[in-house]
Amino acid sequence: MNAESWETLFMRILQNICLVLGMSRRTLRVSKIRDGTVIDHITSGHALNVIKILGINGRSNGIVTIAMNVPSQKLGVKDIVKVEGRELNPEEVNRIALIAPHATINIIRNFKVVEKQRVKLPSIIQGTIKCTNPPCISNSENEPVKPIFYVEGEEPLRLRCHYCGHIMGKEDVLKQY
Amino acid sequence: MSYLLPLMVCFMVSASVFIGRDVISVKDFTREEVDYLLRIASEMEPLAESSSDILKGKIMATLFFEPSTRTKLSFEAAMYKLGGLVIGFSEPEASSMKKGENLADTVRVVEKYADMIVLRHPAEGAARFAAEYAKVPVINAGSGAEEHPTQAFLDLYTIMKEKGRIDGLKIALMGDLRYGRTVHSLAYALSLYKTKLFLVSPELLRIRREVLEDVNARIEVSEHSNIEEILPEIDVLYVTRIQKERFPDLAEYTKVRGSYVIDLNVLRRARSDLIILHPLPRVDEIASEVDSTPFARYFQQVKNGLVVRMALLALILGAVKE
Ligand SMILES: [Zn+2]
Repeated sequence: MNAESWETLFMRILQNICLVLGMSRRTLRVSKIRDGTVIDHITSGHALNVIKILGINGRSNGIVTIAMNVPSQKLGVKDIVKVEGRELNPEEVNRIALIAPHATINIIRNFKVVEKQRVKLPSIIQGTIKCTNPPCISNSENEPVKPIFYVEGEEPLRLRCHYCGHIMGKEDVLKQY
Repeated sequence: MSYLLPLMVCFMVSASVFIGRDVISVKDFTREEVDYLLRIASEMEPLAESSSDILKGKIMATLFFEPSTRTKLSFEAAMYKLGGLVIGFSEPEASSMKKGENLADTVRVVEKYADMIVLRHPAEGAARFAAEYAKVPVINAGSGAEEHPTQAFLDLYTIMKEKGRIDGLKIALMGDLRYGRTVHSLAYALSLYKTKLFLVSPELLRIRREVLEDVNARIEVSEHSNIEEILPEIDVLYVTRIQKERFPDLAEYTKVRGSYVIDLNVLRRARSDLIILHPLPRVDEIASEVDSTPFARYFQQVKNGLVVRMALLALILGAVKE
């Protein structure tokens, strides 16, 4: 089995877990984690994208738990992702903001929430993602250039490249991970 | 009354707003600034006939990483007409340069010799990037398929000169609207005025969504596949070339090509005061039989390009007195 199909298999197992959780949410609670990060209030349907954007795959260590379509007062339904043994850095939090602008990040140490923050999409994004317009100067390998985008909309996501003016949406961001 | 003062100041454009300024995108300019530029251009007309020394001692560098004889000639002639000097290179030398030095380094070298840089580059956004590194003003003379702002200014000048106004006109842009940088810049420029825009192109070469959205936020725009249905309505027809390389197969190209050729037969339904513009070089999208009709104004554009670029160079280098 090659790496690619391991990944597919892993994703399928995750989806099955989600289905189980979804069907029996009255009895089955997502287990608490000791140390790590809980990403809550993810726009429903985007849990797997959050996993993807964080680069979590079959080869990563630690338990990852996903809950989808969890009832939420704020969002109606939401998704939750728990990542055991990993605290997200600000750059990763920014990336999550691109696809789940209402998400909250809870850093857990010894079963306790030690830090809670809402993700916030900055008005200018630098370096996190690439311009999907191939002839854009920001894709040039010989130039000292960092891609810069202006956030023109959060939901739906709308980013404008500082250099070529190209407009990108959520799909353009997801394609890159 | 004093609260009115700042308001009035911001509507009043003077030569000083152009000094040392980069010309990267039409989007960086207000209507008042463009009007002012067009006015200075008309004042340059007599100087284009004779010559002047208002830019004596100034050096303009033309960095052309992509061939464009016409644009380069126009900028150089404008600089010489104003008594300035020109240094630079174009594509053949540039290709050997590409292997070694990058654009960021090139502009940081050239700025030590020149008072201004005129840049043509195949990458989109190249001019904005170069301007971030250069201490001298950068003029975008074409950045990939993205923009060609000075061409748009000369197109506006031509319309103004030939029609006496821009407001209230119905203008059609026809041909390759997707990859045509002149079309992108012109569409932005026309949206500064009260114009109505008709975009005529094959499905595959429709204008980029980001351009359409920006322009449509300001003026009325409609997209068409056929020029004939709108021809009787329009005041200005702007034609661009459709290149066969843009099509995945030749059959598709041959199928659409005929619908985007302007000849006397097509023009039978045009208004008698229609004017036809083209950024040149033209291949066969305008039949040569049209050249001798009063519709054809594309060769006047060339002369207008000279005075508009003279105005821009003089303004940016601070040679225009209030
Ligand atoms: Zn770009």
